[in-house]
Amino acid sequence: MAIPQNWRLQNQRYRLTGEVCNTCGAKLFPPRDVCPECAKPAYEPFQFAGKGEVYSFTVLSEALAGYEAYEPYPVALVKLQEGPLVTAQLTDVDPQDVHIGMPVEMVTRKLTEEGEDGLIVYGYKFRPVLKPAVNG
Amino acid sequence: MRDVSIIGIGQTEVGEHWGKSLRHLAGDAVLAAMRDAGVERADALYVGNMLSGELNGQEHLGALIADFVGLRGIEAVKVEAACGSGAAAVRMGYLAVASGLLDVVIVVGVEKMTDQKGPVTTASLAMAADAEYEVVNGVSFVSLNALLMQRYMHEYGVRHEDFAGFPINAHKNAATNPYAMFRKPISLETFKRARMVAAPINLMDSSPVADGAAAVVLAPSDVARKFQPLSVRIIGSANATDALAVHDRRDPLFLSAAALSAQKAYRQAGIGPNDVDFFELHDAFSITAALSLEAAGFAERGRGVYLAKDGEITLGGRIPICTFGGLKARGHPVGATGVYQVVEAVLQLRHQAGPNQVKNARIGMTQNIGGSGATVITHILAAEG
Repeated sequence: MAIPQNWRLQNQRYRLTGEVCNTCGAKLFPPRDVCPECAKPAYEPFQFAGKGEVYSFTVLSEALAGYEAYEPYPVALVKLQEGPLVTAQLTDVDPQDVHIGMPVEMVTRKLTEEGEDGLIVYGYKFRPVLKPAVNG
Repeated sequence: MRDVSIIGIGQTEVGEHWGKSLRHLAGDAVLAAMRDAGVERADALYVGNMLSGELNGQEHLGALIADFVGLRGIEAVKVEAACGSGAAAVRMGYLAVASGLLDVVIVVGVEKMTDQKGPVTTASLAMAADAEYEVVNGVSFVSLNALLMQRYMHEYGVRHEDFAGFPINAHKNAATNPYAMFRKPISLETFKRARMVAAPINLMDSSPVADGAAAVVLAPSDVARKFQPLSVRIIGSANATDALAVHDRRDPLFLSAAALSAQKAYRQAGIGPNDVDFFELHDAFSITAALSLEAAGFAERGRGVYLAKDGEITLGGRIPICTFGGLKARGHPVGATGVYQVVEAVLQLRHQAGPNQVKNARIGMTQNIGGSGATVITHILAAEG
């Protein structure tokens, strides 16, 4: 993707900003201006919490060009608490430990770079929800 | 609206054509189809192709190919709907002839995929998915289908090896198809041992990158017999869409565009799934075959995989699929695939399928899928007379 394409998605990539439909209340990510549930206009920004669980996952043994450094890497469909599914890489986790239903949360990470001297593209990945430390 | 028939077919062998460029492949298929139809001219040429810009540095295929095959001057245009480009072009030809505006229309599907190295081709194929919200996250086209397969196995309690019947059937049928890429059978062991691509999808779940071209000639049914004694009538044609991204679908395990497209085609043809003698479906991956069988009404949800397991998809089974090898073993030159499916269906309905013949085949269905399920084109064909 070209630099302007990445730049204009900053609110989605760094903050998971989507939309809410004022007619039926559906929460939408990515933003899309017409609600897919009721076909009414949906322009109201909505801030997602970035929490959810793994709906499905895979581990790429053959990376896409530009992502070879991470191979093999897990990719998931994450079901956000507010409803939508999001496609994202999982991070900070051994691919062997990933399972359907695993609670995850959004973090900001490097996705790729555009060529050797190019732009670093940051965006959302999801990691297992951190557990509180247990005393003693 | 007029009835439309297929009066000519042509195809090249699917494979790695190092000595042939895109225009030569397309030309071979078009000229073969024109010879088969006995036509020397046409009113229009529609070209199904997905990736010529990315992989061959060439767009504007309509004029390029029309001129190359000696049809300079006619209407010609490229039609694109990712891996569904071929059947999308067939439907454009169908609409043009059915409308009465054009009489003889040639449709060619062509893809020349081996000009680039693997990672470039993989990245280009991913353009069928959502660039901003799927692909930027490092998602390949295979991995989107792997997400579906993993969830399917989880939800329905299916094992990976339950899918083995799909590639085994495809390879068996390809073994006797002179145009197929992989003309040899595979065993359950080969399937189980295959290299992982994106878990749980392995190499034997996946259709191959390939070069190829296939073409059909369409004409109004009332004059079809003048050209071709073995013409085949298009009795249903439909294109339906879903959200482009898997994550935007209401229910990722149900190919709603495939269901909608099949229902529209059934309605037009006045038939149902029980009347279909064979089904050329879009087995880009073995999970896609299972989901297609379910969406098109041949199995309940979660049960499509068992048609393969129980042998119901073989040439002598209840609903034969991939009768010449399908995408898995005939090969999947993406923008050409939808036209190959129609060419193969015509061979079945003309009873020219040789060892691959489905006995007493009268009605065949083809279904071509663009992307992970966002554009689906279904055609139902019937033997004339």
